[in-house]
Amino acid sequence: MAIKKVSAGKRGDKVRSDCYFEIELKKSGGLKINLQSKVHSMYGDNIMTLIDKMCDFFGLKHANITCEDFGALPFTFMARFELAVKRLGLGEKKEYLPEMHKRNKYKSRYDRLRRSRLYLPGNEPKFYPNAGLHQPDGIILDLEDSVALTEKDAAQLLVRNALRAINFYGAERMVRINQLPKGLEDLKFVVPHNVHVILIPKCENGEQVKNVEREVEFIKEEFGVKNEVYFMPIIESALGVEHAYEIASASKFNCALAVGLEDYTADIGTARTNEGKESYVARSKVINAAKAAGIQAIDTVFSDVNDMEALRKSVLEAKGLGFEGKGCIHPRQVKVVHEALAPTEAEIEKSQKIVLAFEEAEAKGLGVVSLGSKMIDAPVVKRAHHVIDLALLNKQINQNWRQE
Amino acid sequence: MKLVKNAAGRLVPEKINGVKQVPFKGIGKYKPKGVKAKPSIRTCADYPENGNKIVKSLREALKKAGLKDGMTISTHHHLRNGDTLTNYLFDTIKSMGVKNIRWYPSASFPCHQHLIKYLDDGTIHHIEGSMNGPLGRYTSQGKMKGMGVLRSHGGRYQALQDGDVHVDIAVIAAPTADPFGNATGDRGPSACGLLGFALGDSEYADKVIAVTDNLVAFPCIPWQIQGNNVDYVVEIDSLGDPSKIVSGTTQVTKSPDRLLIAEYVAQFLEDSGIMKDGFSFQAGAGGTNLAFALYLKERMIKKGIKARFIRGGSTKYLVEMLEEGLTDYILDGQTFDLEGVRSMRENANHVNTSPFTSYNYHGKGNFASILDATVLGATEVDINFNANVVTHSDGYLLHGIGGWQNCLFGKCTILAIPSFRDRIPVIVDEVTTLVGPGDLIDVVITERGIAINPRRKDLLKAVKGSSLPIKPIKQIYDEVIELCGGVPAKPKVNKNKVVAAIKWVDGTVLDSVFQVEE
Repeated sequence: MAIKKVSAGKRGDKVRSDCYFEIELKKSGGLKINLQSKVHSMYGDNIMTLIDKMCDFFGLKHANITCEDFGALPFTFMARFELAVKRLGLGEKKEYLPEMHKRNKYKSRYDRLRRSRLYLPGNEPKFYPNAGLHQPDGIILDLEDSVALTEKDAAQLLVRNALRAINFYGAERMVRINQLPKGLEDLKFVVPHNVHVILIPKCENGEQVKNVEREVEFIKEEFGVKNEVYFMPIIESALGVEHAYEIASASKFNCALAVGLEDYTADIGTARTNEGKESYVARSKVINAAKAAGIQAIDTVFSDVNDMEALRKSVLEAKGLGFEGKGCIHPRQVKVVHEALAPTEAEIEKSQKIVLAFEEAEAKGLGVVSLGSKMIDAPVVKRAHHVIDLALLNKQINQNWRQE
Repeated sequence: MKLVKNAAGRLVPEKINGVKQVPFKGIGKYKPKGVKAKPSIRTCADYPENGNKIVKSLREALKKAGLKDGMTISTHHHLRNGDTLTNYLFDTIKSMGVKNIRWYPSASFPCHQHLIKYLDDGTIHHIEGSMNGPLGRYTSQGKMKGMGVLRSHGGRYQALQDGDVHVDIAVIAAPTADPFGNATGDRGPSACGLLGFALGDSEYADKVIAVTDNLVAFPCIPWQIQGNNVDYVVEIDSLGDPSKIVSGTTQVTKSPDRLLIAEYVAQFLEDSGIMKDGFSFQAGAGGTNLAFALYLKERMIKKGIKARFIRGGSTKYLVEMLEEGLTDYILDGQTFDLEGVRSMRENANHVNTSPFTSYNYHGKGNFASILDATVLGATEVDINFNANVVTHSDGYLLHGIGGWQNCLFGKCTILAIPSFRDRIPVIVDEVTTLVGPGDLIDVVITERGIAINPRRKDLLKAVKGSSLPIKPIKQIYDEVIELCGGVPAKPKVNKNKVVAAIKWVDGTVLDSVFQVEE
């Protein structure tokens, strides 16, 4: 039997860019819609039309609908209304999808830069529209720790709609699913909507990655998804650290291996320090496992959003250990992370020499590349190319640096 | 009510409260001739030789000043949202049974919603100044008896000089004063910084009452207001709530989007070459403005650049720049925090200014146009760069003009604004109310990109090759409209009822605010 009355969304003095629905099912009397909106004079008609359309779509004929709007954008309205309908136990197979934004159709690459990944709480729509403007390499819509247990269903719909309607401005489109097995249920809300990377939290063995892979393949098949979906397992426990290589090499879709230190330090029974001695071994193991599997190693988030100097130091240390990226929980951290991960002048100069020597050897048809008296191996050349690419991206050198 | 179309294409009332008006003619086009309004002759023989002008109460002072129905009473907003004197003043006027006052404040604040009951009962007939927050809503609902008039700080001085507004009694809140009427704002328990907004009234009003909660023996040094212009001095317990007069510390915004805008502003000033040795800029106290000054400071230090002067609203951040030698002077229009007040009191290079020096139309020039860059806010900017600061897109009056219109005359006027707030577009197709003509607005900096007025080919050229996201304003508009889910409906207003008129800096009528139909 269907539930008669439900609510969905958020309300209150501090709520912004969100809305609240209450729907009470009736046997007769048609639809009674009561709208209170902060933007009533501007978008009142627009909102009423949308509610009518959604009622029609979900076959709602007799109901009292109350909507309190605090400046929600259309994708949020749609998610909140659909949530109310689903909570009524209706429209199980139906999805009211916002149109896919024309700029959201780009693909990613398994080896793209992942210096910064910005976490956005999955059930907080106000952060979505502008996140990409801060130019993180990746934006993570988080379904896990930032979402209250009672709002997991709300976040699934909101994240799905955000993946479609919100311009990511070129950032890699990432979603952190819930810890398995719950996380497997999240996948159908994101895989059909051009998600690039799935973050698998609290990963402890390779089988979990394989489970995600199987489920993703199944959904891709069902929805005709052609683009590749990559995985970034996050290691957050002692057991996970012990199984790091098994995890890193469990799927050909793994693009990176990340470490999460808040949970890890708790798991080994200590507190996290800025110095990080307690996690040194874990971090090194994660880096080594990632490199052994041929994927990127990504560091944990830095949680003090007010201390940019400490963040800079932490990124420099991570870079020294071999990490290629850092988690961000505030947009202002992005720039600091990028600056700290930028190659130094000495690194750039050395890489330029290596690349030039390599190109010269290639032109001469030489099999062996040497710089001065030193032989240069392929990984060194590859690393040098990477440094040059980064320097170009950061505008530290010009495109025509070879001539200069 | 007869409306005429002015040079900006806006419909404006031919008469305001029965007085014939000049519709806006274009920027710098209206130049009235003749002689400025003059104060009446005063004779020192009429005043106590011992210099003691103290009367026992505000009521007594108003009585001596000849308060009667229909008079114009002026007050000033240097106590900001901590002002309790103005409310006390109108409580007193009400108790004296006087009606139909024209209130001429330099600005109003939410604390003045206390006065709504006096608008209701006819003690106050209408407001000429600014109608902020609750007073704005009240006005927009068409409840005020007369038509409101909004003027800039410079325009307020111009109105005194042109005789558009003759002040019968000016009541000046004086954080420190002596019995002769010399007054200063830079010290005392209600210290606010400076009293520049009251300067014109002290010169032009028939009667001037200085009210203080910190009476000192003659002489009160410095005398920002000269006792020679003051009729009566009244001592009361308190002028207001010090914590709301100036903030203890001013906080920079934490909003990542505002910080991004602020960073773009600083980068724009550097990349365009405006930031160079000896340059000048104006920074206000809005969150974005504070942050922009901090980012600019970093860039100035990196490049070894020093400013000649900065125009405030001063805060501790500007004071730090002064004390660290990054600017020779602060020319201050108002002081927003305790550090600003302290610096003004102690540092001779932190100079208090007035609307006369900074903004006045009937002066032989003013400081605003000398500034290399001015950074301001707005509630709306349209695709022709016209801007609004007084109403929101729902049609309601919410803010005053302040010095905003006057500042548009800077060499590079930058509006630093979000492209939308919640679901309310800030970049719009046409402004609800025209307060600043697009010809004077050079750059619009939003989190979604930077639009340069196509008239400013020099600026467009100067930032060529910069990494800043420079794009046409129409493109930002399109992006915002797409995000918000379509073009917002225009507010439903009664086109037959003008509730307030927007004056341009020269006293002509630029636009009308209409009654909102609820």
